[in-house]
Amino acid sequence: MVNVRNLPDQELFYGHKACQGCGAATAARLVLKITGERTFLAYPASCISTVSTIYLQMAFAVPSLTMAFPATGAVLSGMAAAVKAKKLENVTVLGIAGDGGTADIGLQALSGAVERGDKILYVCYDNEAYMNTGVQRSSLTPYGAWTTTTPIGENEDSFGKRKFKKNLFEIMMAHRIPYCATASVSYPVDFLNKIEKAKDTDGPSFIHVMAPCPTGWGFPSDRTIEIGRLAVETGLWYLAEYENNKVKMNLVPKTFKPVEEYLKKQKRFKHLTDEHIAIIEKHRDEEWATMGQRYGF
Amino acid sequence: MVKSTGLKRRDFISANDAVAYGVKLCRPEVIAAYPITPQTTVVEKLSEFIENKEMACEYLNVESEHSVMSAVMGASLMGCRTFTATSSQGLLYMCEMLHYVSGSRFPIVMMNANRTVAAPWNIFGDHRDSLAMRDSGWMQVYVENGQEALDTIIQAYKLAENPKVLTPVMVCLDGFVLTHTYELVDIPDQSAVDAFLPPFVTENKLDLAKPKSLCITAPPEWQTEFRYQQYEAMKEAKKLIPGIDKEFAAHFGRSHGGLIEEYRCEDAEYVLMAMGSVVGTSRLVVDKLREEGLKVGLVKVRFYRPFPKEELASIGSKVKAVGVIDRDISFGYEGALYADVKAALYNSQGTCPRTINFIAGLSGRDITKENLEMMYRKLIKAAQGQAEEEIQFVGLRWEQW
Repeated sequence: MVNVRNLPDQELFYGHKACQGCGAATAARLVLKITGERTFLAYPASCISTVSTIYLQMAFAVPSLTMAFPATGAVLSGMAAAVKAKKLENVTVLGIAGDGGTADIGLQALSGAVERGDKILYVCYDNEAYMNTGVQRSSLTPYGAWTTTTPIGENEDSFGKRKFKKNLFEIMMAHRIPYCATASVSYPVDFLNKIEKAKDTDGPSFIHVMAPCPTGWGFPSDRTIEIGRLAVETGLWYLAEYENNKVKMNLVPKTFKPVEEYLKKQKRFKHLTDEHIAIIEKHRDEEWATMGQRYGF
Repeated sequence: MVKSTGLKRRDFISANDAVAYGVKLCRPEVIAAYPITPQTTVVEKLSEFIENKEMACEYLNVESEHSVMSAVMGASLMGCRTFTATSSQGLLYMCEMLHYVSGSRFPIVMMNANRTVAAPWNIFGDHRDSLAMRDSGWMQVYVENGQEALDTIIQAYKLAENPKVLTPVMVCLDGFVLTHTYELVDIPDQSAVDAFLPPFVTENKLDLAKPKSLCITAPPEWQTEFRYQQYEAMKEAKKLIPGIDKEFAAHFGRSHGGLIEEYRCEDAEYVLMAMGSVVGTSRLVVDKLREEGLKVGLVKVRFYRPFPKEELASIGSKVKAVGVIDRDISFGYEGALYADVKAALYNSQGTCPRTINFIAGLSGRDITKENLEMMYRKLIKAAQGQAEEEIQFVGLRWEQW
């Protein structure tokens, strides 16, 4: 078990150019604390590559590479095959990719890698849009969120994204992946322990970690952890694990905080009407009811 | 059912099988593949070798060609020798990754079964797929038969992995005409190949002992320098290719001509230049016309990138007319090979022999001996001053050829 006392001091991701309060950079830093020096890391074109490896400044202290946007899963497979071919032991083949690079353009390669059962650890940091190109809609952007490609226009029904988030956790579970979890950078101990479990999984493992983005979401950069906590406390994000064909909820709030508390702190939701907020709340309640029945809590 | 793949020293096999034997002899450590006609039997054969323990290699069945090239790149950047094969739409689907591989200098060897690209959809061969990848930073070599295919795979690793080159190679075989045609092929001994091709050792890899980031982002201040290095690597490759062919000949007793191969060009006045399997048929036509006393010759353009500019220019300076056979067409201009050849033939005085571009063999249409004979006769007439269209589609249904 990882806790605050035994957490390694060693930093393997530093000197990068991420925005202040970047949830993705926090996620990457925490992941590497657990996987350690014996990590081979790949990441696609994304915020993480842009802030870490622009020649000559290299921010990862482990062997790493930038991959094509759709290719993270596949390059990890190739690296894992090389680990077998070269008979390397006690190493982690790690992928860190954003929501677009995972749930949209990268989904085919991720699905392929998981289906093959390759021994890789894939972490999707979810900042709920294409942040690297300047806040465009992805399939993990939430309902009602403003992005530059779901702008608030003159249309009467213009209120940001018209669809709810795709459920990536369930997509990965459908692969019968050996280990799969959701996490949040705002719950670091939970996250760190999930990384440790994933790292020791014999086969593919996947963690979907919520990583709030001050720039894209529109909140002060010292509020990242608070925003992430509110997402969980309002029931708009959940912490769960899937292993041995069972889902375990790591945290089930007794009562949910009103979703306004989360939404109204962010510029991307500030245009939402009470009607929209009611739709979001209703959707949340339905989702939790379905999960409760399905996973038995 | 996996059949035994025991091989004889000399065997009656398809060019696809020849490629598979060539790859096996090079001892790759990781192969990733996705099936596409007419490449498929190569990757089937390799998976058989591995299942039969005739080869110690990791084999990945990957879900798309884009992922194939990503996976072999993943293995290559860990320092493994890798192989894959593709064709046509598959090659186009990989396009993005071809640039990642060449720009990051991973010496991957890939076989491409040349097949036209849709639409109209068609599984038969021409060169429009690989020529569309001309500027991907990969070397491209076009072979004439199964023996050359096997031998070129071995040469390709030698070339790609040279530390001064570190550039991937695409070995191109005409779909069906070569890939599915059986012929007697000499299969070298493993020990002979081991003596020619040492294990792959590189500094350009992810290494726990020396952590570094590869395939990084380069800003405008540095990008040109990276490109210049790729340019220099291709120049270096061009210098090395003839030597590798000579060294191969010393080990195996066979030569395929380095950058180009000339056939009866010594005193030739009318020369056809072409790539791939059509060269074989053309040799017969040259022999026939030589018997008639016509001074004809043939140039096999083996490497398309790096391009044998000086070699072709030297031939061009001695002849009256040059015809270029393109199994492709760059719409809005002319055949891709022709454009490059013509540019090479112009000397500093601004003169050039008469040239004609023959667009032939598109989407698997046969290029017959009669077609080739007609090309030579047109060249002769053109050299005598007769008007000839510069770009000619050979054997169009509504024209007499």
